[in-house]
Amino acid sequence: MEQKKERRGFFQRLKEGLSKTHTAIVRRIEEITAGKREISEDLLDQLEEALIGADIGIATIKTLMDSIRWKVQRKELEEAEKLKDALKTEILSMLAHGEKALLVDPARRPFVILTVGVNGTGKTTTIAKMAHLFKTQGHTVLLAAADTFRAAAIEQLEIWGHRAGCEVIKHASGADPSAVVFDALKAAQARGTDVLIIDTAGRLHTKITLMEEIKKVHRVISKEIAGAPHETLLVLDATTGQNAIAQAKIFKEALNISGIALTKLDGTAKGGVIVAICEELRLPVRFIGVGEKIDDVREFNARDFVDALFED
Amino acid sequence: MFEILSKGFNQARDRLQGRIELTEANLEDALRDIRVSLLEADVNYNVVKNFIVHVKEKALGEVIETKVSYKGQKLKATPEDHFINICYEELVSLMGPVDTSIKRGPQPVSSIMLVGLQGSGKTTTAGKLARFLEAQEKKPLLVAADPYRPAAVEQLRVIGSSLNLPVFFKDGTPPPELCRQAIAYARESGCDTAIFDTAGRLAIDDSLMMELEDIVKSTRPENIFLVCDAMIGQDSVKTAQEFNRRLDLSGFILTKLDGDARGGAALSIKELTGKPVKFLGMGESLDKLEEFRPEGLASRILGFGDVVGLMQDFERVVDEKKAEEDAMRMLKGAFTLNDFLEQLQSIKKMGSLSDLMEKIPGFSQLTKGASVDDRELVKVESIINSMTTKERQQPTILNESRVTRISKGSGRTRRDVHDLMKRFNMMRDVMKKIGGGGLLSRIPGLNKIPGIGAAFNPSELMGAGLPALNQGAAGGTRSVSSSDRKKQKAKRKQAKKDRKKSKRR
Repeated sequence: MEQKKERRGFFQRLKEGLSKTHTAIVRRIEEITAGKREISEDLLDQLEEALIGADIGIATIKTLMDSIRWKVQRKELEEAEKLKDALKTEILSMLAHGEKALLVDPARRPFVILTVGVNGTGKTTTIAKMAHLFKTQGHTVLLAAADTFRAAAIEQLEIWGHRAGCEVIKHASGADPSAVVFDALKAAQARGTDVLIIDTAGRLHTKITLMEEIKKVHRVISKEIAGAPHETLLVLDATTGQNAIAQAKIFKEALNISGIALTKLDGTAKGGVIVAICEELRLPVRFIGVGEKIDDVREFNARDFVDALFED
Repeated sequence: MFEILSKGFNQARDRLQGRIELTEANLEDALRDIRVSLLEADVNYNVVKNFIVHVKEKALGEVIETKVSYKGQKLKATPEDHFINICYEELVSLMGPVDTSIKRGPQPVSSIMLVGLQGSGKTTTAGKLARFLEAQEKKPLLVAADPYRPAAVEQLRVIGSSLNLPVFFKDGTPPPELCRQAIAYARESGCDTAIFDTAGRLAIDDSLMMELEDIVKSTRPENIFLVCDAMIGQDSVKTAQEFNRRLDLSGFILTKLDGDARGGAALSIKELTGKPVKFLGMGESLDKLEEFRPEGLASRILGFGDVVGLMQDFERVVDEKKAEEDAMRMLKGAFTLNDFLEQLQSIKKMGSLSDLMEKIPGFSQLTKGASVDDRELVKVESIINSMTTKERQQPTILNESRVTRISKGSGRTRRDVHDLMKRFNMMRDVMKKIGGGGLLSRIPGLNKIPGIGAAFNPSELMGAGLPALNQGAAGGTRSVSSSDRKKQKAKRKQAKKDRKKSKRR
């Protein structure tokens, strides 16, 4: 079954992963527009309701709806059935800011990726998936277990590292994460590793001391390798509501986040957060997580995403 | 015609008095604000809709005060402010009734099953619950029922050893069987509560949801708690409803509330499943588990902290104004024990006496080395409560037989009653002295007292039954909460019963 799935290809799998999101938004819009010809205020309200239900975020919805209302006023948009296409175009234009794949630059060796995020978003799993992806692309990958705080976090990364076939640089639990990172940088440089991915402890963006700690890790990296980290990846949970925007904002301020990984899109979770973050923060989405297996990771493609989202 | 005229007249009069009726028109902005605020807090769309309709119905037609002025303090509150306050109160009541109990069955081992999405914080919560139970003299056993996530078992083991508590795990055993064996193991090893830490799963993952149903079948857990991330969005309801449909949850635990998530999921889940919030996770260390209280979460979800604060001030000032009116009445007529009691109660409302004393300028020097025992108030209250209405109005009629009856009724000694009367008479004398000078009017806001220093010794007034000063008693201060008061009341009742019993024998 695993192989059969593989053969169905990327687009199909993305659609499968997104099918729940798809049903959630599309069904609502289908229900709303079916059998209706004219665009009434009531219809627009219902549309807004569907978008709220998809966690798209009040500010973004206002932008979307204002644009739609303006088109309706100018008679550019008259039929209820065309509402969906119009929305699709609007959302796509917002997501366009976010479409920028993460490419490993061979000139920068090791290519350092610092992974951060709040607790329980799936940082360690995402790292395993990335490691697997880069390995299949022919890169050598080293992992750094800099989550020295949470119980058994190091063991968790080791198990994943074993599955992906990557070595893990670690210290004892409770060690200084900066020290682990320093050792990992040295090891990667000595071995000529292509990619170094650093796992860090989950931290709520409101904890000042923990944010200072991660800033220090960041400083250690830049001091050791000029221009590094080459990617600072914020892992966001797709089931998260409006708080994801606060997370992205504060992490971006502290660490100059360069990309986002959006996890857990295989549930009933909506893609709404992506739209809000791309629109408000102009951050690219590097990966999406669509399952618990090591290959359940996709590069983010806005058109595929919106197509899958709005496909009949 | 006349009706319209009189209506217009009434409206004008109300406006002058700072009163207004809540109408659709003056609530329009507030309704919009509340809607946006609740949605930003991730409260489910349908819950928001119903909530707004409900509070609107409740608020319309209500007559509210929009301004109070008192002692140069002028406060204004708009109809919107009042409405937000109504919403806040409604939220608090919606989140109740509070039920933070953990059920125990007739078997020696009861169990708690933790379920939820991936990354919601089940394993950490399992550790916190174990610690919580241990502090209540229970013997918890942690059960590692997540064989799927890498190192999940190891994580629970580390937590168990840091708490010095046993962890049960059997490699290769499917979770339903493992949990069943865990209960047997708990019984053998003298544990009384098994905590199942199950794997994170999506509510739409049918085979994994069936596994949970199998655990329920094989162990019949007394408690099934859904562990839910406070940051969860609109999806919270679907997840919670599905878990509840399949497992009949006993309640849920909200985690990661130490961040800035507003926690709208709590209201959504409570509303749509009818299941109570049991605990709140407030941090990563294992002692950061709190029993749920609705007030804090309600103002957090509502997001109008400043308005709620303002309205509390507003209501306090309205109370104070009433107190002043009472004081004026006292000056004109006689000061009775009823007035005295009322004052005691209003003082207690302001907080602990020792806190209050600190706020009175000059008083800290005066009472150096002295501490105030709030429990004195309870004593005084019980004595007055044991008097008849007539006695309270005309304390002069008290004779020895009445004093005996009062002392028996209140569970105090006759001397206590006499002491109180002495203090009361002193206080009444003081009142007579200062009456007319308007000084009494300042009693509700005791902080103006230095101005009357010349007229009498403040310690006399304070000694006059209000706060009793325990000279030299160090560190004996403590505020008496209402629950403490109830406990003390129950204790006295019991003592009274016991006394009666011993007499009969």
